Amino acid sequence: MSDILLSVRGLSTHFQTQGGLVRAVDEVSFDIRRGETFALLGESGCGKSMTSLSIMRLVPEPAGRIVSGEIRLDGENLMDLPEAGMRRIRGNRIAMIFQEPMTSLNPVLTIGDQIGETVRQHRRLNGAGARNVVLELLDAVGIPDPRQRYEEYPHQLSGGMKQRVMIAIALAGEPDLLIADEPTTALDVTIQAQVLALLGDLQKQTGMAVLLITHDLGVVAGMADTVAVMYAGQIIEKGGKEAFYHAPQHPYSRKLFASLPDVNKRGHRLAVIHGAVPSLARDFRGCRFAERCDAAWDLCHQRAPQWYRSGDGQEVRCHLLDPALAAQRPAGGAPDLPAEPQAHAGAAHAPASLLEVEDIKVHFPIRKGLLKRTVGHVYAVDGVSLRIGRGKTVALVGESGCGKTTIGKAILQLIRPTAGSVRFEGDELTRLRGEALRRRRSDFQIIFQDPFSSMNPRMMIDEIIQEGMVALGIEKDARRRQARVAELLEQVGLPREARHRYPHEFSGGQRQRICIARTLAVQPKLIICDEPTSALDISVQAQILNLLKQLQNELGLSYLFITHNLSVVGYLADEVAVMYLGRVVEYGTVEDVLEQPRHPYTQALLSAIPVIDQATRREVIRLEGDLPSPSSPPSGCHFHTRCPHAMPVCGQRYPGSTSLSATHRTHCFLYDGSAE
Amino acid sequence: MLMEGMAYFSSVKPVLLKTDALIFMLLAVIIAFGAYARGKAYLRAPWRKVFSSRTGMVAAVVIVFYGTVALLDSIHMREPLENKGHDGETFYSVEVISLLDLMLGPLKTQVEKTYSAPFATHLYAKETVELPDGSSARLYPRLEYGGAHLEDPQRDKGRDILLRSLSGAGAGLLAWVALGALFIWGMARRARASFSVTLKQILGGRTAIPWHMMLYTAGVFLVLIAVIASLAGHYHIFGTDKVGNDVLYQAIKSIRTALVIGTLTTLVMLPFALLFGIMAGYLRGWVDDVIQYLYTTLNSIPGILLIASAILMLQVYIDTHPDLFETDAARADMRLLFLCIILGVTSWTGLCRLLRGETMKMRAAEFVQAASAFGVRHSRIMSRHLLPNVMHIVLITVVLDFSGLVLAEAILSYVGVGVDPSMHSWGNMINGARLEMARDPMVWWSLLAAFVFMFILVLAANLFSDAVRDAFDPRTLSR
Amino acid sequence: MLAYIARRLLYAVPILIGVNLITFMLFFIVNTPDDMARMHLGMKHVTPQAIEKWKAERGYDKPLLYNEEAQGLSTFTDTIFFQKSVRLFAFDFGLSDDGRDIGHDIYQRMWPSLAIAVPILVFGLLTNITVAMLLAFFRATYIDVTGVIMLVALMSISSLFYIIGGQYVIGKLLHLVPISGYDSGMNALKFIVLPVLVALLYGIGSGGRWYRTIFLEEIGKDYVRTARAKGLSERLVLFRHVLKNAMIPILTGVVVLLPLLFMGSLILESFFGIPGLGSYVIDAIQAQDFAIVRSMVFVGSVLYIIGLILTDISYTLVDPRIRLS
Repeated sequence: MSDILLSVRGLSTHFQTQGGLVRAVDEVSFDIRRGETFALLGESGCGKSMTSLSIMRLVPEPAGRIVSGEIRLDGENLMDLPEAGMRRIRGNRIAMIFQEPMTSLNPVLTIGDQIGETVRQHRRLNGAGARNVVLELLDAVGIPDPRQRYEEYPHQLSGGMKQRVMIAIALAGEPDLLIADEPTTALDVTIQAQVLALLGDLQKQTGMAVLLITHDLGVVAGMADTVAVMYAGQIIEKGGKEAFYHAPQHPYSRKLFASLPDVNKRGHRLAVIHGAVPSLARDFRGCRFAERCDAAWDLCHQRAPQWYRSGDGQEVRCHLLDPALAAQRPAGGAPDLPAEPQAHAGAAHAPASLLEVEDIKVHFPIRKGLLKRTVGHVYAVDGVSLRIGRGKTVALVGESGCGKTTIGKAILQLIRPTAGSVRFEGDELTRLRGEALRRRRSDFQIIFQDPFSSMNPRMMIDEIIQEGMVALGIEKDARRRQARVAELLEQVGLPREARHRYPHEFSGGQRQRICIARTLAVQPKLIICDEPTSALDISVQAQILNLLKQLQNELGLSYLFITHNLSVVGYLADEVAVMYLGRVVEYGTVEDVLEQPRHPYTQALLSAIPVIDQATRREVIRLEGDLPSPSSPPSGCHFHTRCPHAMPVCGQRYPGSTSLSATHRTHCFLYDGSAE
Repeated sequence: MLMEGMAYFSSVKPVLLKTDALIFMLLAVIIAFGAYARGKAYLRAPWRKVFSSRTGMVAAVVIVFYGTVALLDSIHMREPLENKGHDGETFYSVEVISLLDLMLGPLKTQVEKTYSAPFATHLYAKETVELPDGSSARLYPRLEYGGAHLEDPQRDKGRDILLRSLSGAGAGLLAWVALGALFIWGMARRARASFSVTLKQILGGRTAIPWHMMLYTAGVFLVLIAVIASLAGHYHIFGTDKVGNDVLYQAIKSIRTALVIGTLTTLVMLPFALLFGIMAGYLRGWVDDVIQYLYTTLNSIPGILLIASAILMLQVYIDTHPDLFETDAARADMRLLFLCIILGVTSWTGLCRLLRGETMKMRAAEFVQAASAFGVRHSRIMSRHLLPNVMHIVLITVVLDFSGLVLAEAILSYVGVGVDPSMHSWGNMINGARLEMARDPMVWWSLLAAFVFMFILVLAANLFSDAVRDAFDPRTLSR
Repeated sequence: MLAYIARRLLYAVPILIGVNLITFMLFFIVNTPDDMARMHLGMKHVTPQAIEKWKAERGYDKPLLYNEEAQGLSTFTDTIFFQKSVRLFAFDFGLSDDGRDIGHDIYQRMWPSLAIAVPILVFGLLTNITVAMLLAFFRATYIDVTGVIMLVALMSISSLFYIIGGQYVIGKLLHLVPISGYDSGMNALKFIVLPVLVALLYGIGSGGRWYRTIFLEEIGKDYVRTARAKGLSERLVLFRHVLKNAMIPILTGVVVLLPLLFMGSLILESFFGIPGLGSYVIDAIQAQDFAIVRSMVFVGSVLYIIGLILTDISYTLVDPRIRLS
């Protein structure tokens, strides 16, 4: 038996769309060895998911079609198999788990049924035998109470649990290869850590190979043995993980690393890959990355590069690695720009508070019964205090469902807080009504997460940017408003002509720039950034972070930065508030919180983040279970049900605020004298 | 001849029925919307998809033919009477005729005594006829108009029909070639290409819009019309009805009725559905409660009973106030309009609920939140942000409802609560024919005519609505 | 669950009051009882005495809302509104304009209506699902395209033609079953076959096409991809996974119709001479018997509201995700 389990050669998959023929996968070749984890890394739309569906021959027909290539599993070409033969491979030799555990399970069949189906299909077991195997599988993937879960439906499980069920389904056929397509992208960091650890353990036990498809450099660093980088339908670099992380060879790979934000790059501009991923519907002549590459020269645009060996056994598709060709390259335009320091014009003097939030609560009533009486509340935000200085950035960090977005909207009075006060430059916003509030709205604005849904698709950019100016009476004169729109577009790095177009004509990053221009139009002092980069690719995220930083320096803006991404926090924020279930559990400067986390939750959160540099990796503090429901938060400290350090007192009352230093506070009995 | 025509039209008294006015208003709205849509990229793209659908465009050509007939039938007038009043005042006929009536000429005026089969030369019933020699016999008498020019119908009819059809088809073909050439010449001019290149492109189907299919459809229609025109003056193609009226004429006149019901109903209900649906979904709270109550209540009354009750009540009102209407046509028109209104009242609830649901979803969308954060007023959020984003639903519903309404008309007329019995409609034709079902041999031609005319229109409408739905339904659209 | 049903029933009250007000306005405000009497008695040569007599016989001689001449409570009860509208709430329909007991008539005519409506529903559901499943199985092939065009053609024909055609071909040409009529007990079967067949044929067009859309929508979902990735055959994917999910919208769409089956089918019953509630309504409309129309409006509304409640309950039965609250 050869060492190679799966060998893909010259695989091309095409898609017929309204915009023309899309070459989603174009001449892709790679090998996966037995038992190894092979990571396929790439940004959205690069064709990595389509590659995995092609291997399973599950490309949605008739729009999609595998046009050429060989896929050999243990030497047998899967492309030659009839559909019936392919069914013996799927779920049996090759299994697959998907990105969205929420929609990937059949909502009307029980968990037991769905796992049992694969068991019956591929292990020729029935009745009690099959049931026992299913229970074992549930146990193996770490689902508590398998007997009870067997009878339950997918909607009764949390996202992490559903993904475990998906893994159980995949394991049921005892596959040789598991394809995991972005298995943790839809999950929170602490849950992601659980699932990744599970995958690693299972792989050790069963010896199966894993094809891991992801966009996350951190996940790859923790899991993979071999890495292949995909760009615009092609693999452009492949090699061993150590070598790749030690010295990425392709300019694109190098730029990806450089554009990752982290604490060490504070105060510097992030390296960016300008532009956006090209459409796969067009024809390429030269290197596909050429138009975004700093090192590109004429040749790159004319001829597609060959494969070259380079570095520590890596294979790379780039002209630079051919010494003969690289010699022809005209001088100038250094291939790798060092991160340049960013001018720091921010207010260095004692920051006066711009916004003070005191003990705000947002409770949503739950109504039930004959007369719709209120029987309970969802404690979305339950007593949060914050203060943001002029020209400063405060980051609000937490997992989904912790109430961070609700706080943002409550500050803007888009949701009226149930209790507490929001003072903006001394004015109590919660008391402002109607016209008085409308007049104040120009001072505080918001940028949303999803640049696709945050602009009205039926309005031109011009009108979108002007809308706020008109509504708030910022600029009455139409001619001057026009001029201002052009000015704003240039300020966020877009051409003036953009204003005569519609949102759908722009890429995600460009749309986010337009959204920023729209908020700037009303000259706000505070911008609430609600996960502004989490829908964007890494290369584009850096562009937006740079822009936000630059605008803060130029205009003295304050940001409330809502995010779950701690590396962005380290790069951008001055202070950090960590939230858990509607409450802030730890508050301090970036250095305080990221470098010396004290609250057990913060510690767990930080340890769960996959890091690129394995040397600095902390030991993962694994949190058990899922986030409790905010409608019935645990008594006492909300975190005590999952806390590794929980004491009896934790379940009895909520810990008060403990000052650890002048800037660092936490709510935890570990540091609270009163606990003894 | 031109002078004659001018003189004629200056002598008649134009009549604008209420539905006429609404039809022209609708036409204006459609034209205005078309002009507006040309300027909006997001509207142009889906329409381009509609225009590139073969079945959709073939259906569109068919609908245009029907629509033209309905428009011609919506220009009404009253002819002056011969005898004038004492002081030279002109009296006008109580009969309201339309431009279409003038064009159909003999179809309207060539009335037989009673039933006659399609292409018949004799009546369908025996009559006692006085023979030239003075005796009388019971036989099938010759028709007054149908095949009256034939000396010996037995011998000449088949040949005559064939010849006339051929000459008609030839004329139609010629007209088609001429019009088609004119069209292609126009297209060539616009594209600044030579005639032959454009011709090859269009006939080869290499254009974005399937012009060739549309041209062929138009060709089929032109030839059919020409054949019918050359025959209709001498035969009753679809026979005659109980009182000897030409069935083809009735079927053609019914087109307007069907189109009025299919389109005006929507026009009537649209403002309510839009306003209420968006308000309920966006404002929520008590506004939502009231609107939901309103449409659940209306919905809970079985539609046909509500329509029946309303129409019966209207009929009582019309009957007890006969002095309100100048002509029979105005009275029938009133009932038609009211039928549209009441159909609208019963059908707005579905669209309203759809819009409410969609608005509720969109209310949470970030662009609406962004607008609120800018302090944009509710009225503007509803009109500028929500309305344009639900218009595709409106369009799909409107097109989808059309065929259902045309079919509903037939059923309502059958129940006796449809259009006025004096108005031409396919429902009335079927209803009339149904009563003769028991007759042996059966009188089937009215049914056939209504079936053919209705089927073609409804099929075309269904195919067109499929094309529209494919293009506008967001589930088939990618971002 | 019980509390939920109780709340829904409570909501039904204002809706029924609304229905009542609408019918009251239509029947008594828009046109006065005098107008109705005049129309019934023939427009011309009607004496005022004849009108009064007609009204008195049918109880339309009372004041509309408020009876000044009566004493106490009966100032309100001895009115047309109370006698003709409010009493409907007690399902007391009173007499029709030609003097028959409406409640009794409705009870009598319910059964023939159900006898044709139930088979139409059951067999219609079966045929439509079968057709739709076939088309979904052969999706994006020639069979699917031709099938859809045929369905569109079928749904473009007026139901009247199906009925006339069915009566002509099966009844008149082939003499297989009687053209129209009805009989009690098992003898009814031969009268039921034809209307059911006609209704099935008519329903395939829109029903089959609608269900096909539902199936295709389900087939596009992620869980289907998971099922395929398990190595299941297309047959298993369709029947185990897709059908089960698609049945949710299909079944709940049907449930709302269940109570309305009592109302019968207007056109079918009238054409085939079946003495059900559908033909009852048509006859009443054609005879302009407003008392019957009013009662049937009320009955229809009650059944519709029951249908809505049943729909919500059926969701909880077929969809494990939904629990009523």
